Amino acid sequence: MSIWEYANPKKFMQTSTMALPWVSGLAVVLLVAGLVWGFFFTPDDYKQGSTVKIIYLHVPAAMMAVSAWFMMLVGSLIWLIRRHHVSALAAKAAAPVGLTFTVIGLVTGAIWGQPMWGTWWAWDPRLTSFLILGLFYLGYIALWSAVEDADTAADLTSVLCIVGSVFAFLSRYAVLFWNQGLHQGASLSVDAEQHVSDVYAFPLWTCIAGFLVLFVTLVLLRTRTEIRSRRIRALLARDRAGA
Amino acid sequence: MLDLGKYAGTVLSAYGAAIALLVVLVVVSLWQGAKMKRRLAEMEGRLAKGE
Repeated sequence: MSIWEYANPKKFMQTSTMALPWVSGLAVVLLVAGLVWGFFFTPDDYKQGSTVKIIYLHVPAAMMAVSAWFMMLVGSLIWLIRRHHVSALAAKAAAPVGLTFTVIGLVTGAIWGQPMWGTWWAWDPRLTSFLILGLFYLGYIALWSAVEDADTAADLTSVLCIVGSVFAFLSRYAVLFWNQGLHQGASLSVDAEQHVSDVYAFPLWTCIAGFLVLFVTLVLLRTRTEIRSRRIRALLARDRAGA
Repeated sequence: MLDLGKYAGTVLSAYGAAIALLVVLVVVSLWQGAKMKRRLAEMEGRLAKGE
């Protein structure tokens, strides 16, 4: 069986119908477990106090905001190269989810930054590139709405997605390129000598898994909506042509 | 009861804002999905009757 079979809208609808109850259930279990574990059963940090609990929302949201853009990039490239409609519609479906994660990352970061850094916002490389990523999400969504022809919209938004990938990449790795600014480096790493303690890392990984599965759930759900919307447009066009 | 100390307002406002945004995203996605499913079913039904 080839992965390209799922580019067939009918096959995608059948498979997603079966998968959605499982992935949505898993998302709820992981998110509730991770957030309850992190919020109620982890100690305060010796420097940051209870604000360390914000990590369970801020880090997964920020990670998924960047990952969502890369998923959109893959969908856009598949559209540009192979012209599979489902891939373009999946990219379109992921954008509002990615934007929401970006806003959560920015809001929780600002709330966390105020008591720790003494400011809600700083024009730090990572924060600035993350804000620009958020603006790219808005532009991407606006471009889909502004162009009437769906294939033209998919072409234009795919190009925008490729350009925006630079900022998605920068927002992830800016702290490595520019050794300045307020934002710290990665909290989780396999090879670094110093990283977050296991007492925080385990619930954090659970929350990251929860955000990832929630993203998959919402993209499946929203792609189904986009496929149905496209079908309605096709039926209307056929109806008008026949009239 | 969990004691969040002097940062209680900070932590609770971060959780409140994030969970509210997630709930709005999920509810809007479900609502749009249900609306589109209903519209498509109505349209296919109408076309099947030849209206």
